[in-house]
Amino acid sequence: MKKLKGWKNIPIGGLILEAGNAKDYITGSWRTFRPVKLREKCTNCLICFIYCPDCSIKVKKDKMEGFDYNHCKGCGICANVCPFGAIEMRNENEYQ
Amino acid sequence: MVKKQNKLLPLTGNEAVANAMRQINPDVVAVFPITPQTAIAQAFAQFVADGDVDTELVRVESEHSAMSCVVGAAAAGARSMTATSSAGLALMWEILYVASSTRLPIVMPVVNRALSAPINIHCDHSDSMGARDAGWLQLYSEDGQEAYDNVILALKIAEDKDVLLPAMVCLDGFITSHSVEAVQLLDDRTVRRFIGAYKPAHPLLNVQKPVTVGPLDFFDYYFEHKRQQIEGMENVFKVYKKAANELSKLTNRKYPLFEEYKTKDAEYIIIALNSTCGTAKAVVDEMRKQKKKVGLLKIRLFRPFPKKEIAKAIEKANVVAVLDRSASFGSDGPVFLEVANAIHDMKKKPILAPYLYGLGGREIGMAHIRQVFEELPKVAREKKTPAVKYINLREK
Repeated sequence: MKKLKGWKNIPIGGLILEAGNAKDYITGSWRTFRPVKLREKCTNCLICFIYCPDCSIKVKKDKMEGFDYNHCKGCGICANVCPFGAIEMRNENEYQ
Repeated sequence: MVKKQNKLLPLTGNEAVANAMRQINPDVVAVFPITPQTAIAQAFAQFVADGDVDTELVRVESEHSAMSCVVGAAAAGARSMTATSSAGLALMWEILYVASSTRLPIVMPVVNRALSAPINIHCDHSDSMGARDAGWLQLYSEDGQEAYDNVILALKIAEDKDVLLPAMVCLDGFITSHSVEAVQLLDDRTVRRFIGAYKPAHPLLNVQKPVTVGPLDFFDYYFEHKRQQIEGMENVFKVYKKAANELSKLTNRKYPLFEEYKTKDAEYIIIALNSTCGTAKAVVDEMRKQKKKVGLLKIRLFRPFPKKEIAKAIEKANVVAVLDRSASFGSDGPVFLEVANAIHDMKKKPILAPYLYGLGGREIGMAHIRQVFEELPKVAREKKTPAVKYINLREK
């Protein structure tokens, strides 16, 4: 565990002074099921990108490039909204 | 300086408080009516309508929303106020803690009124006393003048960088809030110079320096943040003294942590707060004429509680009667507990006598207070704290 600061050395009131630090919080560890892209079915419609509540769909040049597994919590919304059945939810046990 | 034009005006306690708010000219005020506070919101709404202030007046749908509104506004960087009573304060409960924990210096007049049930609109202190652990400063006011002064003083203390905590200014429902008394207002410019501009360190509206307010805080940092709040409260004492001296120079009135009224050589002292202190002073004056050594200690600052100073102020008395206007069911009244805690490790200490009075606006007059003083020599002879006595309660 990293060393935590004492009460005299943190901003008061729970304030966080740096912007964009949510990326340091690895919420991917909460996941039970992992979304997996089925390359042959994906049409790059990017509906998954629009729906993902955690911005964990990686997109490059209008193409769906996979998932940010550091932050995907495995909610399964992407698999649910995909019109082509191109995302499968698989048990994390398979990847341990 | 008190100028000649600062004449005495005939104002109710609520009007005096509303005028303090007008002079403060807050950026945001959330209003929701509840008796006996409503007249503050009403008078302030008139100031807004007349263009006397630049305030954004937000008409919310409940007190929970009123407190949420001023929390959001204060976090955004606005000087924000609201006012309430009784059940309104109770409905704010959850957000009272958010305001203090987020270190937002919101000032809120609380017009003391009993809590339901049975429903009752009259004065007691169960509303604000119940909120005494919510992390807010609490100042109590004997009359309209003191309520006016306290609102201005509370703002100055709350916004100090070493404090940054919200503050309640309490005054008695109807007795103070609706009684017309002579009140001396400072001129507007003097008040504005005294309070200065509000400069929050990290306002949400500063998009150049984005910050996160109110994030998740688990077993890693929550305790540290609470420790900071405790420190903020401790800092109130030194900030209070500086602000009180500064305000004193403008008004020629004194703002001690508590008022000692003829207590120096007193054998018997009553401790009380708010309007009952006015009645008690009249009784002390009468009994002093009869050579009785009696006095009154009027609590002004209840949170934080100046326990060392109060203990010292009463150490020479034989008996100190503590008058509570709210019940702590299953224990002693909140003021009694504070005083008992304050003196517990003193070598020579007075005997305390607990009294409960005035619930739901039950009358307390000079005869009742005189009776309390007359009971105290017997307590001195018996040399132990008696069971709580109820003033003006029918036993049969």
